[in-house]
Amino acid sequence: MIPEIGHFALITALSVALLLGILPIAGTVLRIPAWVAVARPAAYALFLFVATAFGCLVYAFVQNDFSVLYVALHSNSALPIQYRVAAVWGGHEGSLLLWILMLSGWATAVALFSRHLSPAMAARVLGVMGLICVGFLLFILFTSNPFERLFPAAVDGRDLNPLLQDFGLVIHPPMLYMGYVGFSVAFAFAIAALIGGKLDAAWARWSRPWTTVAWVFLTIGIGLGSWWAYYELGWGGWWFWDPVENASFMPWLAGTALIHSLAVTEKRGGFRSWTVLLAILAFSLSLLGTFLVRSGVLTSVHAFATDPERGLFILIFLGVVIGGALLLYAWRAPRVGLGGGFNAFSRETMLLINNVLLVVALGVVLLGTLFPLVVDAFVALNIIEPAKISVGEPYFNSMFLLPMIPLLLLMSIGPYVRWKQGNAGELIKQLRTSFIISIVLAVALPFLMGEISLMVSVGLFLAAWLMLSILQGVGSRIAQEIKRGKSAITALLGLPNGYLGMQVAHFGLAVIVAGITLVKGYEVEQDVRMEVGDTLTMSGYTFRFDGVMSTTGPNYRANRGMIQVIKDGKDLMVLEPEKRIYNVQSMPMTEAAIDYGFTRDLYISLGDPLSGGAWSVRVYYKPFIGWLWGGCGFLAIGGFLAMSDRRYRIAARKQQARMASIADGRAVVDNNIATEASS
Amino acid sequence: MKPRHKRLAFIVGGLVAIAIAATLVLKALEGNLAYFFSPSDIVANKAPVDHTMRLGGLVKKGTVKREGLTVRFDVTDNAETVSVSYTGILPDLFQEGQGVVAQGRMRSDGVFHAEEVLAKHDETYMPPEVAAALEKAEQANSSVAQPAL
Repeated sequence: MIPEIGHFALITALSVALLLGILPIAGTVLRIPAWVAVARPAAYALFLFVATAFGCLVYAFVQNDFSVLYVALHSNSALPIQYRVAAVWGGHEGSLLLWILMLSGWATAVALFSRHLSPAMAARVLGVMGLICVGFLLFILFTSNPFERLFPAAVDGRDLNPLLQDFGLVIHPPMLYMGYVGFSVAFAFAIAALIGGKLDAAWARWSRPWTTVAWVFLTIGIGLGSWWAYYELGWGGWWFWDPVENASFMPWLAGTALIHSLAVTEKRGGFRSWTVLLAILAFSLSLLGTFLVRSGVLTSVHAFATDPERGLFILIFLGVVIGGALLLYAWRAPRVGLGGGFNAFSRETMLLINNVLLVVALGVVLLGTLFPLVVDAFVALNIIEPAKISVGEPYFNSMFLLPMIPLLLLMSIGPYVRWKQGNAGELIKQLRTSFIISIVLAVALPFLMGEISLMVSVGLFLAAWLMLSILQGVGSRIAQEIKRGKSAITALLGLPNGYLGMQVAHFGLAVIVAGITLVKGYEVEQDVRMEVGDTLTMSGYTFRFDGVMSTTGPNYRANRGMIQVIKDGKDLMVLEPEKRIYNVQSMPMTEAAIDYGFTRDLYISLGDPLSGGAWSVRVYYKPFIGWLWGGCGFLAIGGFLAMSDRRYRIAARKQQARMASIADGRAVVDNNIATEASS
Repeated sequence: MKPRHKRLAFIVGGLVAIAIAATLVLKALEGNLAYFFSPSDIVANKAPVDHTMRLGGLVKKGTVKREGLTVRFDVTDNAETVSVSYTGILPDLFQEGQGVVAQGRMRSDGVFHAEEVLAKHDETYMPPEVAAALEKAEQANSSVAQPAL
């Protein structure tokens, strides 16, 4: 019964989404206020119905209702309860439902927090989100119904893929989807601006915090995914340039560019058309990501068994959304305008170069990801000889680095450059000292580590200079306030959150760069054959293999290795990597044992049993790898700080007051003048 | 500089930068492409010797042999078979009778030296290349031995 309610709720949601997608926008065109007013209640109703459907699916999982095909395929009665809930998004149908839940959730959030938007603007934004929802609801109802019944019901389920039975995977997909789907808000704002033909600083101020929130979620999602790959896949890698990773990374790059170009649109009214294009790009790449993951057109470590029919549907949907948006852009963008001019040496130029570099990086990733697909297409059209190709990691590593190095250099300088017209002399004076200190550090540190390489020095220099210039920038602003008689703490707290957020996020990137540089430069990896009692010494640590014992978990059996870690003759700890066999899917899984540390991780995973009671063991020493995820944390905190800036709330309040006074029937012109004067 | 000259300089500079970037990217891409071959392709000498490529097929049952950390196994598309050697720890889902994709080089001794053996997330998943290779080999077989079904 419950699954049928869920199914019915989805069908109802489709009709509500249709209503939301058509009526309000039509209302703004035909000037029918009653239709426009439908937007908000429809958004709430949409969320309610989708949430009901989602709740029904969760219930089916928790209750082990194996008469539902999707539950039978992705759960098992022995599966611990938290993983049963996570199993809801462990497969295609459920993750799609999660997508839609988040999309309608974002629409509801917009409806709730957009009281200050003009009714027409709110109607357009919500309407566009409704249309996207229609597409996805059609998709789920026609190709991927999660509530399909299985008759006769299965006795027990096929269990969740063991790789997904992990805390990281419980939260990684929701975070990632929040980010992916969150860009739909920026997209909807952009489309609404195109339809309305008006794009100004106020528009940028509205869409900026939404973009930043989505970006924060995407950042957390990618960080978690990378961390999960590191500890769960058992070979210690954290980024593979796998198509599915790229699929989440491309919207992130576009989103990062968008955040920066929005800054120009808000502060200076510039880059308008470009901002709109980036907003379209970011969401299009999110859709492309969904297509790549779900269609199975690419070979990927993430590729689950997939269905070409679904791929085709998403491809068509992708074509409609991107094609439609770009057509609208071509038609309306001239009306939006380009924005004001600026000098060659100014903050605007810095941000322009930032955008160019980010888009180049995005292009590199996009080309490498899609190239195999392009070749496939040429083969299918008989233009070239049949061939299957893949693009190797070295391409991504070297080509991605090229735009990143100038980008990081620019990041140290950019925040010091004034809007419209910068002062080069002043800049050099300010940044001289930190530049020299960073050079010294970058040369000296590798000497201390006992191994010199150009890449390490370059990476360390970029990270160090960025950190120093940020500290100096924040420090000097605090010093100014102290001169005015404030205490250091009130001065720090008094800094605008937008400014602080930027600096914290940039600092996070510096931390990530330092981490990547050091782990790439100084990591030690060894695969060894170990008998009981054998030892291995690496980077000052001695590892002694004390054998393997068997053990059992709730739904698996395991061999657990015992490895004593010794440093300076003292027993430090015992690391216990496992090799598990999950009962239902009889699928082996390596569970690495990791000792996390601020300056290094020790990473051990168990390979296979070899002859003579020996095992193959993988022992890694990973210096500073934790900084990668610590840096992601900084990025996220920076984003949250930036979106909580006071000026967004003040602007919202002003706008609300203006709307209220319009409603009161007072002259709009007077009021505009009043607001202008007060700001 | 007059604004018109400035704009011209911008455009020319931009075009030059794009051209350089495009050349670099395409060169890097070309150098890092790995072609996929099936065992039948390799036996038919379609694959270059000593060039990085991918080999895919099924791990032939009963052929996995270990010697220290080095593993040797045969990859088959049910028509032809190629021996593979790999040193290191194999991914979890490496199993006899299952699909596998190995990246490495074909050496003159006729053995494929794998630098990487790719793991998949799902035991029911078959890499599309492997599926296609198996199908092709089957078609080739059936057209010789018996009429197609």
